[in-house]
Amino acid sequence: MEELVTLTLPHLPLHPLFLSLFTNLENASFLRQQLLDGNQEFEYAFLDARMLLSENHVLAACFRALNDWQRGRLRSRNVHSEIVFSLSPNNNIAESFRRFGISDTTTDLLAIKVSTSSEFTAESVRTHLSQHVQADSVLFSDEAIRRGADLARIRKVYKAGGDGGKVNGAAGTGGGAALDGVEGFILGTMALKGS
Amino acid sequence: MSFTAIPTASNSYELNDSNEVQPFHSLPPPFTTISSPGQTPSTKLIRQGAEALLYYTHFLSPSLPCALKYRPPKSYRHPILDKRLTRARILAEARVLVRCKREGVNVPAVLGAGWEEGWIAIEWIQGSTVRDAIFGRKTWRQESQASHEGGEKDLVDWLCGREIAPSRLTTSNLMLRPTGSGAEGGEEPSAKSAATPFDGTITLIDFGLAAQSSQEEDRAVDLYVLERAFGSTHPEVEHLFPEVLKAYGESYKGAKVVLRRLEDVRMRGRKKSMIG
Repeated sequence: MEELVTLTLPHLPLHPLFLSLFTNLENASFLRQQLLDGNQEFEYAFLDARMLLSENHVLAACFRALNDWQRGRLRSRNVHSEIVFSLSPNNNIAESFRRFGISDTTTDLLAIKVSTSSEFTAESVRTHLSQHVQADSVLFSDEAIRRGADLARIRKVYKAGGDGGKVNGAAGTGGGAALDGVEGFILGTMALKGS
Repeated sequence: MSFTAIPTASNSYELNDSNEVQPFHSLPPPFTTISSPGQTPSTKLIRQGAEALLYYTHFLSPSLPCALKYRPPKSYRHPILDKRLTRARILAEARVLVRCKREGVNVPAVLGAGWEEGWIAIEWIQGSTVRDAIFGRKTWRQESQASHEGGEKDLVDWLCGREIAPSRLTTSNLMLRPTGSGAEGGEEPSAKSAATPFDGTITLIDFGLAAQSSQEEDRAVDLYVLERAFGSTHPEVEHLFPEVLKAYGESYKGAKVVLRRLEDVRMRGRKKSMIG
């Protein structure tokens, strides 16, 4: 059974997100080819899940993409490609796809569909994905994302540095903070992108 | 201390149809309503400053509370200038915060920013300001205060060591985040009281006028501001401030120069001259 999670970003209630996480992906090349061909049936954000740090990381990229879409300032082809682009700290679209998008060797995949019209529902997306994605389904959650995260590669791409700081325990969390040092820095970097 | 919106100028606020006080400016998209009943998440106005409005709301998920700082358009400015200034200030604040975060200084994380629209969403810091914590403490013991001061100084030192002058450095802009407290957002952003008010980590907030500067002058001025704010807000512990300066002097390489500059800065100001 396909696991699909529907999340709605605060302040953007009209466009819920459908998220589906996969592991042991077998047809990465096929899916990537659909994107390259611009196949309209495959308008998804296909992300290499190992480059994702946490649920907040994913949602921040989605917010950025959706907000830019609504303000009429998309820089890539559509809101889904913009999600991939928003993850990247710099402004090179092709590079963002190479780093965060699906490649022929991707094994852990996060598929995101933005509900851009009533045509797309959780059910329709779930059905379509289960038909075309050959992989094992995993329930999307913060914990599942963190488990599969390649921290070293992520830190390198965001140039997060190794020190993390020693002042008042900023590298870890001081007293029950929701965001730890690296995650906070990455979210800030994504927020500032394009400035 | 609870957060209540305190009306300042009479024309800053108006009453809406249900006779509730709300600020004159409404939030830009996508935050277009302030708090509609029945709509989640609820967004509450917390403070209205001269420059910006501060709201409590959620960002990315209902479990992530955030401080939303919005700089509304200023009608008394030329519109092009206003747009540029607002944009520049939002970006400056966001950049300083992110830079600090990267260097490991304890500041809130930037969650999102709309610099054309004039807003920045920052991680919500639960706890009380250092100012309130100092007020809340009934008795004083020199040792514990010194260690607390040390924590505060470390934070400021890191900033100055990295050529960032915080500006408006007062104990109101230092948040004390209690250790061992859960970070539940909750509906009311009330300050938590810890059993021992000085357990916790210190987070620096409010970078509205922060600048990246390597000038001793700027750092000395910030120290002076802190000194004066300290003396006027917390006179009962004023005698402990030299400890703070001492720790500062030992903290990083250029610190002693800044302390000497501080003496110059103190000499200035109105009515400080012995002549006439």
